[in-house]
Amino acid sequence: MPTVRDVPDTEQKTMTDGEMIALALAVVLACFSIIVMAKAQTGAFGFHAFLFAAASIATVFAVGNRYMDRPAALPAQTIDGKPNYNMGPVKVATLFAVFWGIAGFLIGVIIALQLAFPMLNFDLPYTAFGRLRPLHTSAVIFAFGGNVLVGTSFYVVQRTSRARLAGDLAPWFVVLGYNFFILVAGTGYLLGITQGKEYAEPEWYADLFLTVVWVTYFAVFLLTLLKRTEPHIYVANWFYLAFIVTIAVLHLGNNATVPVSVFSPNSYIVWSGVQDAMVQWWYGHNAVGFFLTAGFLALMYYFIPKRADRPVYSYRLSIVHFWALIFLYIWAGPHHLHYTALPDWAQTLGMTFSIMLWMPSWGGMINGLMTLSGAWDKLRTDPVLRMMVVSVAFYGMSTFEGPMMSVKAVNSLSHYTEWTIGHVHSGALGWVAYISFGAIYCLVPWLWHRREMYSVKAINWHFWISTLGIVLYISSMWVAGILQGLMWRAYTSLGFLEYSFIETVEAMHPLYVIRAVGGILFLAGALIMAWNVVMTIRKAEPDTAEAAAGLQLAAAE
Amino acid sequence: MRETYLSLAAFAQTWGLLIFFIGFLGVVAYAFWPSKKRKKAFDEAAQIPLKED
Amino acid sequence: MSTKSASLWARHAIFEKHSSILLLGVLLVISIGGLVEIVPLFYLRSTIETVEGMRPYTPLELAGRRIYVREGCYNCHSQMIRPLRDEVERYGHYSLAAESMYDHPFQWGSKRTGPDLARVGGKYSDLWHVEHLNDPRSVVPASIMPSYSWLAQTRLDGKHIAQDMKVLRLEGVPYTDDMIAAAGDDLKTQATTDAADGDALLARYPKAQVRDFDGNPGRLTEADALVAYLQMLGTLVDFKLYDDKANVR
Repeated sequence: MPTVRDVPDTEQKTMTDGEMIALALAVVLACFSIIVMAKAQTGAFGFHAFLFAAASIATVFAVGNRYMDRPAALPAQTIDGKPNYNMGPVKVATLFAVFWGIAGFLIGVIIALQLAFPMLNFDLPYTAFGRLRPLHTSAVIFAFGGNVLVGTSFYVVQRTSRARLAGDLAPWFVVLGYNFFILVAGTGYLLGITQGKEYAEPEWYADLFLTVVWVTYFAVFLLTLLKRTEPHIYVANWFYLAFIVTIAVLHLGNNATVPVSVFSPNSYIVWSGVQDAMVQWWYGHNAVGFFLTAGFLALMYYFIPKRADRPVYSYRLSIVHFWALIFLYIWAGPHHLHYTALPDWAQTLGMTFSIMLWMPSWGGMINGLMTLSGAWDKLRTDPVLRMMVVSVAFYGMSTFEGPMMSVKAVNSLSHYTEWTIGHVHSGALGWVAYISFGAIYCLVPWLWHRREMYSVKAINWHFWISTLGIVLYISSMWVAGILQGLMWRAYTSLGFLEYSFIETVEAMHPLYVIRAVGGILFLAGALIMAWNVVMTIRKAEPDTAEAAAGLQLAAAE
Repeated sequence: MRETYLSLAAFAQTWGLLIFFIGFLGVVAYAFWPSKKRKKAFDEAAQIPLKED
Repeated sequence: MSTKSASLWARHAIFEKHSSILLLGVLLVISIGGLVEIVPLFYLRSTIETVEGMRPYTPLELAGRRIYVREGCYNCHSQMIRPLRDEVERYGHYSLAAESMYDHPFQWGSKRTGPDLARVGGKYSDLWHVEHLNDPRSVVPASIMPSYSWLAQTRLDGKHIAQDMKVLRLEGVPYTDDMIAAAGDDLKTQATTDAADGDALLARYPKAQVRDFDGNPGRLTEADALVAYLQMLGTLVDFKLYDDKANVR
């Protein structure tokens, strides 16, 4: 029986089930991690067991202290008729997103410079390109993108359902647990712990932990939807739901590994060769399809109408867009395997569906852009809206380039070259990062009750510097990629291969430098944003109108 | 095996293309069809994020 | 026309009003593509070509492959030669699905910052590989590859290799009991020039290359393992016997 202190105020304070389960699991995990730490087969794995032990002990204290300090009753669902939103986890996720964004872009700049100037690898195991590249991809996709998605999904599902987030500890476990997973994955790469599968590099124990966090995330999101007071589920929530559910399916499918031993970080994937390749790129392309597209389309469907103060262009189009996108995207994986040992029928399916994918993608773009009808003048004055509209333009560009590159004839030139990298970054920097920056610039004033960001001029600076960075990045990679592809296949008049491989590497150097400059500009823009966000939280005067009205947002903290 | 492939390919490149194209036009018409009854429900749904609460 | 589409729209309302139905709809719609593209690959016999010469990795090659995966070599190197004239001419016969049938995980790769390695086996001498790993630019002046000089200094930790082979056998790789029993010894045997029980190793693993790889016979290092792995890449299938036509799919 939990010890019940004689609480002076009205009723007896008892531990909720959630708190008891959390404490019990944390204690069990702590003990188990300490045992594993002792018997770990490699030092790196011992360090990770230590991280798990430390985190679970910290959880025990955190949950315990929180129980001591909190009032007997849990926060009310509504306060005088208005929903009592739980914005704490959203704030933390937003700040993590800004932090991981800077970290991820910085690592990107470092590895770009390493390609241009190889001595920057420092010839150490922990700093070589091979271990830093997964750190970059995981940091920008899962850490930056992931925190933006978790934060905005918790914000949007509450505001569009007009209901408080489900669960008391659960949302905190999702945000903090997700970021602990990122810490384990990131440190793991540097220590050489990887499954060797792109965008699924974290090893088996990190995957298991993420599965627990993700199931909790799914439960919190769905339960919040179930207790909504707004009868209609807004379109943004369809996309968030499809994102959460599909990523769960993909994660389980592509991480079906058998650990070598409980005391070893190593594991072996169940599939092999051509089947593993198909499952990997069914996962790989749909990590892009559902994590970086469907999830961020939800951002588009909420933040652009909200910022432009205009309803979404055509709700009917969003119905067609939603179902067509999630049906078609799944099939597109094999376009990563054109002309490989994957059977021809699968390659052709991948190509055909990738081309069809162009239609729903542009359907989404049209829906986003046309939402501005009647509010286009706002682009002159509001850099945040301009950033989000440019992001939808980049979305249109990269989802046109994608189907083009998935045609086998084009792919035979672009596959394995820098062109792929150019395509990825037009989508990643142009679409994902820009819609995320737009959402962050919207959220920070709303969450910290400020009238607007500390400096609108700084947002303009961020916009123009980063846009220049993106253009440099993409165009240098286009030139590099097509140059590579053509040089590899060039024949002399006598019928011999014209270039040796190393000559093509040499030809890349100036383009790698331009790409690095583009990356530096993009990082600089993100640093301006980070400064602006910090100043907004610390300095800017509270939003007098909101503060005076005593909006329940404040009461929620 | 080869004949069935050839006949299917020939069908796909002629009639199949037509079917898909008409299907596409149907979907587009479907999306942009001004329907009075549901219009109210859609407009109200589209207003959700803009409602101040 | 409008009444039909109106009722159709109305029917969509059940997705917009019931999260559980929306959830089921999403699960159904996203499962179709994956099932149609993945499941047949496990049942169609034509997926993997019938070929001679394929065998599981020796313990030393497996240890080398673990290092290849650990260092993330797939981030810059591919192991998949495409059936395109320039690639076949530059790298050798295009890669077959059968050649990676025991690869857990597959390392086909998706970027060629560096050259394709699917048939690098036997193309360069051991010494060239050791020098190249030690300082890529000393052998290829314009190379942008990081140096892996520390591989030759790091003793190969092979005590758990049998564990790995047991797990792989669980997943369908045909390791026999005596292969697993002899794993620890095979590791050392394969890296010592004209080793006493070299023939036993060759009996278990046909076409295995048995010699000191890292130029330092006294020590069994990670460079031994990695070079052993690189030197066997693409050498198992004898393409003089392989019949392309029979396996067109």
